[in-house]
Parts: sequence; structure tokens; C-alpha cells
Amino acid sequence: MNIAFYCFAALTVLSALVVLWTRQLLYSAFALLFTLLGMSGLYVLAGADYVAIVQIMIYVGGVLVLLIFGIMLTNRPGTGHAPISGRINQFTGILAAGGLFVLFFIVFLKANLPFPALKSSPHSSVTPIGIGLMTDYLLPFEIAGILLMVALMGAAYIAGRKRL
Amino acid sequence: MIAFLFFLVFLLVYMVFAVYAERKLSAFIQDRLGPTEIGPYGMFQTLADLVKLLQKEDIVPVKADKWVFLAAPAVIFTAIFAGFAVMPLTPTLQGSGAVVGVFYLLTIVSIDIVGLLAAGWSSNNKYSLLGAMRSVAQIVSYEIPVGLSVLCVVVLCQTLDLQEICYQQGIYIRTLPVYSESTNYLFGIKRLGIDMTEVGGFLTWNVIRMPLFFIVYIIFFIATLAEANRAPFDIPEAESELVGGFHTEYSGFRWALLFLAEYGMMLLVSFLGAVLFFGGWNTLFPNIGPVRLADWTSGMPGTIYGNITGAFWIILKAFIGVFIQMWVRWTYPRLRVDQLMHLCWKVLTPLSLLLLFISALWKLL
Repeated sequence: MNIAFYCFAALTVLSALVVLWTRQLLYSAFALLFTLLGMSGLYVLAGADYVAIVQIMIYVGGVLVLLIFGIMLTNRPGTGHAPISGRINQFTGILAAGGLFVLFFIVFLKANLPFPALKSSPHSSVTPIGIGLMTDYLLPFEIAGILLMVALMGAAYIAGRKRL
Repeated sequence: MIAFLFFLVFLLVYMVFAVYAERKLSAFIQDRLGPTEIGPYGMFQTLADLVKLLQKEDIVPVKADKWVFLAAPAVIFTAIFAGFAVMPLTPTLQGSGAVVGVFYLLTIVSIDIVGLLAAGWSSNNKYSLLGAMRSVAQIVSYEIPVGLSVLCVVVLCQTLDLQEICYQQGIYIRTLPVYSESTNYLFGIKRLGIDMTEVGGFLTWNVIRMPLFFIVYIIFFIATLAEANRAPFDIPEAESELVGGFHTEYSGFRWALLFLAEYGMMLLVSFLGAVLFFGGWNTLFPNIGPVRLADWTSGMPGTIYGNITGAFWIILKAFIGVFIQMWVRWTYPRLRVDQLMHLCWKVLTPLSLLLLFISALWKLL
């Protein structure tokens, strides 16, 4: 169990470092795949199987594919090279990242989290989540649903054929 | 662990014979002979082809992005192979008994899209890139009808676990502690009052428990055909337009791996269709009065006989699914891109939404 945790943690951290350090945008996108997979592995070990699957479904199946598509379509024709990230706002970037790191570090130290959080239970989290969504959190669930439908219709309208 | 090793070896052996079967089948449909030279009836043709492929040079184009190019086939195959983890092979043998079963399967298979994009982009070839883009557009669109048709079954079975779905469709439903009190009624309608729990056979499969599931299965079959990039949905490969699609630049071992992934996907969706609609590892024959056909052709869960018969039935059903996929491939012409999107968004998706609604109501009958 511990070995699995450290493997997934290493996968997440190392691929996140690749995302940060490579200047090829597509490499970052492909490395992000492994970051997200490692994260979902950590979720499984923490007993949140449903969240782990949703993580892959939304972030890998949806967001990441959209990201890669976007980068590929902005590929400048002729040069044959994928876009490379520039070096702008380095000072403010470092400042913001460092500040966030200190903030999170202090919060995690004070939160007194069990580390590593390894208490996977044999019971799945699917049923409680389903019941929760249909009872206590019905209104937020419905509002999120309507919001997504509006977004879908808007996207279809924008992408649809315009009659001039 | 046993399931892992079994599926890995099984997939390799299956691929060798599936390619042979496909060539013989296409030859039969087109009134040709197919492979005849090597071995009896040309049986060892694929083995010879495989040896040739493994000997070939693994060419990486000079202008290709080397690391992404080399890694992409592995990502594609791993994504598909990971799907087999939750597939129940016999009443007791299953790689992982994860409760999120079928949801995991649909999700992990979608990682394959990233692999396809990586393969197409890193080849640095416009045909590969076009093939990858077509392929991804197609897979992303057809995930919706697949998801909705699977949801129809999940609504009726009220579980995501594929093993539980299997148990529900046979005579051994009461051996599972969760269902020790449940009863299978004819067509799933309690008011008819016809108890089918002891009868089993095909009469308790999901297609009979909810007769409209046959239409759901057709939607599932068409959509998974598109997910596997098989003809008539093979515009990502469309030899006459795109040379070879996203795998134009691959050769030797890596090309074999991509091929293995394609045949693996065919097998995976056939297995899934068998589990969701046609009783999984349950036998075809029902118990008719004193003629205990169901008891004779499927052993108790946990016994050796139960394992053998379970594996036999599910593999037989999956192979029939693969056979129909091949049959369709050599019979129907390829769809155009606009026809493809029309079929997905204007036919399959609304129809599966309607069927999902009816399935939810059926549960209340």
C-alpha cells in the first residue's frame, strides 16, 4: 500500500515538473496526462474511487484533449514546429508561486493531516454520493445541470451555421 | 493476477486467430480464397506475418518527434488493456472487483484518445495528423451514445459492478449475498408474476428482462464500432484518402502493437456487450421443468466446472460479437464525415436518451 502511494506520488510530482520545465507546449500537455493519472491513483488510495474516475473522465477525456487540440490547431503552418512557451512575467510568476507554496505549506502543517492518508475502505463512495446529490445537494446539482446545458446550447449556437 | 496474465496471453493468441479469421471471412464474402499457403487452410499465415513484423526495422522518421512517437503505441495499448481489468471472466475470476466497474472501463478507454493524438502529431505527417483528428472527433462524439446505452443497463441493474450485473442475469443470482432476496420476473415486470429465478438461461438475460434493450444493444453496437475505428466508421484510416491514417508512419513492432490495440478494442467492447445485454458468463439454456439444462451447462460459482463453463460462455459470446463486427466491416461501405456526425448526434443520441427514459420507467413497473 505504501509503495503504491509513493509510486503514484512520484509519478504526479515528476510529471508535474516536466509540465513546468519543458518549453514545448505539447510536451507539457502530454506530461499533464501522467500528472492527472497519478492524482487519480492517489484518490483511489484515499478511498475516493468515484472522484478518481471522474478526474480521469473530465480532465483527461475532456480538458486535456481540448488542450491538445487547441495547441495543434494553433501550430503555425510552414515551420512545422509546435508552439514554444515564452519567458514572460518571470519575476511575478516566481513571486506568486512562492507565495502560494508558503501559504499551502503553513495550512497543511496546521491542518495536522494524517500522512500518507491510507485508509481505503471496502465500501464504495458511489452510493453515498448518489444519495447525497438527490437529497441534500439537489439544488446545487440542478443549478449545475442547467448551467451546463446553457453552455452546451451556447456552444452549439456559436459553432452553428450563421445565416447572413 | 491470474486474470491479468490470462487476458494478456489470451489477447495475443486471440489476435493471431482474429486476423486469420478476418482474412478468411473477407475472402468468403468477396468470393476469394484468402490465405491458403502456410499450414493447413493457411492457418499459420498470421504467425508468419507476425514473425516478419517483429524482424522488420523499427523506423522513426527523421523529422518525427522521437520520444512521443515511440511512446504513443504503448499508451494506446495500455489504455485498452486496462479496460480488461474489471471484466468478469467467470463467476469468481475478475481482475479487479471495483464497484465503479463499467464507469472505470468507459473512462480508462478514453485515454486512448490522447495516445492517438500523440501518434498522429508526432509523426509529422499531414495524413497522420488528419487521421488522428478525425479519429478523435469520432471517438469523442460516439462516447455519448455508448455512455447513454450503458446507462440504460445501469439504471435497470442499479449497479456499476460488471460482476453483479452478470449475477443478476442468471440462475445463481441468489448465491450473491446482496441479491439473496431478489427474484427475476419475466420481462422484469413484477405484476406478471411469472418467477424466472429458477429457470435462468436466456430468459433472464437483460435483453429479455427489458425487451427494448435489443434496440439499446444495436445503438451500443454501432457506437462501439465507431469507438473501435472499425468500418463502416473507419474514416480515420480511410486507405483511399489518408494512406493509413494516424499509423501511416509506424512500422514493425510498433505497428503490430497498434494493430493489437485495435483488435483488443473490438474484443473489449464485445465482452462488454455480452456482459451488459447477453448474460455475461451465464448459460444460454434455461431449466425446463425436470430438464435442468441451465444447471447442467453452468456449474456453481466457485467450482472448477463453474469456472470452465463461465469462461466458455462469455468468450463464446464475445467471439460472436467480434464475428458480427467483421461481417459488418466487409458488408457496408464507409460513411462520410457529415453522415457520421448526423448519425451520432441526430439519430443515436436522441434515441438513446428516449430509451434511457423508458428504461427508468420500466424499473417502476
